[in-house]
Amino acid sequence: MNFKNVRLKLENKETSFENLVKQYLDKIEKGVQLNAFIFVDKEAALIKAAEIDKKLENGTAGKLAGLVLAVKDNMAIKDSQVTCGSKILENFVSPYNATAIEKLLAEDALIIGKTNMDEFAMGSSNENSYFGPVKNPVDNSRVPGGSSGGSCTAVAAEMAMAALGSDTGGSIRQPASFCGVVGLKPTYGRVSRYGLVAFASSFDQIGPITNTVYDAAILLEVIAGHDKRDSTSAPVTVPKFSKALDGNIKGLKIGLPKEYFSEGLDSEIRESIENTIKILEENGAEILEVSLPNTEYGIAAYYILTTAEASSNLSRYDGARYGYRAENVESLEDMYVRSRSEGFGNEVKRRIMLGTYVLSSGYYDAYYRKGQQVRTLIKNDFEEAFKQCDCLITPTTPSTAFKMDEKTDDPLAMYLSDVYTVSVNLAGLPGMSLPCGFDSNNLPIGVQIIGKQFDEEMILRVGDFLEKNLALKTTG
Amino acid sequence: MSISVEQVEQIARLAKLEFSDDEKLEMADQLAKIVEYVEKLNEINTDNIQPTYHVVDINNVFREDKTADSLSQEEVLKNAPKSKLGYFSVPKVIDK
Repeated sequence: MNFKNVRLKLENKETSFENLVKQYLDKIEKGVQLNAFIFVDKEAALIKAAEIDKKLENGTAGKLAGLVLAVKDNMAIKDSQVTCGSKILENFVSPYNATAIEKLLAEDALIIGKTNMDEFAMGSSNENSYFGPVKNPVDNSRVPGGSSGGSCTAVAAEMAMAALGSDTGGSIRQPASFCGVVGLKPTYGRVSRYGLVAFASSFDQIGPITNTVYDAAILLEVIAGHDKRDSTSAPVTVPKFSKALDGNIKGLKIGLPKEYFSEGLDSEIRESIENTIKILEENGAEILEVSLPNTEYGIAAYYILTTAEASSNLSRYDGARYGYRAENVESLEDMYVRSRSEGFGNEVKRRIMLGTYVLSSGYYDAYYRKGQQVRTLIKNDFEEAFKQCDCLITPTTPSTAFKMDEKTDDPLAMYLSDVYTVSVNLAGLPGMSLPCGFDSNNLPIGVQIIGKQFDEEMILRVGDFLEKNLALKTTG
Repeated sequence: MSISVEQVEQIARLAKLEFSDDEKLEMADQLAKIVEYVEKLNEINTDNIQPTYHVVDINNVFREDKTADSLSQEEVLKNAPKSKLGYFSVPKVIDK
């Protein structure tokens, strides 16, 4: 179900919102083995639903009344838990709301629960959660992708109408692709990060995960905007994103970065993306090949910079002020070391170690500074490409959803599954994945649309056009 | 590229983490593989390239230095593993 239609049904009094919320709660209960949620407050949801029904009745309902939203458990909701998928924050209760949450609640969105995720958003398979892995709703033997795997699973399995995720290197787009839903990572600075637990601060962005491009546009309209509590949020005006979906793609110049179609790309994905491109071409878009020559260095630069930022950000978990504290500690030092060592999972520790190493004395210039210089080159590549075209089209991932445990023993292989998504974060661009087909195993394939900074309107417009013209059918 | 167990111990000290002997070996091995991979960056010439600290052009963001409401002491201490007399409580730092 998409929000646009639901809202119409509610306004026409075809159903009550409370009834609808009951259906979603039912789906959550029936799908509990997918492990998509860490926390669901059934009673609170039903009380809130009745309140929203009243508001709909007397005409005071906000723009998002009727929306059943799931939120990744790294965003703060007042008086509610924020675990970040970690033992170290297992019992943390937020004393405040994230800005994005505040804006959604002000428009009467209903938050049905907090979704599972890779610990501290570090992972591409959702197997790194302290609360257990999430299963792909399309094929339970496969991963849903990560780190917003719980959010994408919730939307794909109709446990929520939409969800919020966060994206540092592909954490919205990759699982959206694996689960067959729409996932939008806005431009860096478009959405306030206030109340989003920090992983890599110069990369992290909150974005919507939805069933339709229109719903993504509506959600972005609400959560976007400058926030004085996040000095990195951009003081730019927020367009009416939903108005950009005019179906007009004639004359648009669409670039295909050749490096994204080279070896390593699954042949069925290639075929599906080529079919998608054909639809755009047949409808008057101009397709041209472009080059992003430094693409192959994206993953390396990404892992240097994000682990460095993470090692610094995660130093706040010291067992002193909040979060897990080890028992029977002997000294202050012992408290720090044991609380952190017992509280963090393996992948998080590995990244803190890598980040500490690249920032340590004697290595800083060789790794961290070098990584930042390569970031400049990657950003320049995109700027050059965008001189010739309005947006780029690429596959979202090199393969469809992989099997559980397939990559858990090989961190590097796991990192490489983000090859088509990390550059977008390195350059701070907006990117969206939407379903464009299925492979022979009936697994969803995602196409990624990349836009210029603060030009989400372009990718939404192209995405909406594709959604309406692709007419997806499963092969089975 | 290789990373020794001693190096792992040194990084762990900086990161305030501890590992068992087996974990140290595994960590040395995994870090070496990842570091070897990221050294790929040495293939590119970055002479005279400015580093990107921030992807969106925002410089220093200032605000007026005015007091504003903040969380109450009670709210702040609510998540403390241990607190006493309105303070966070930690193991003794100075011996008698």
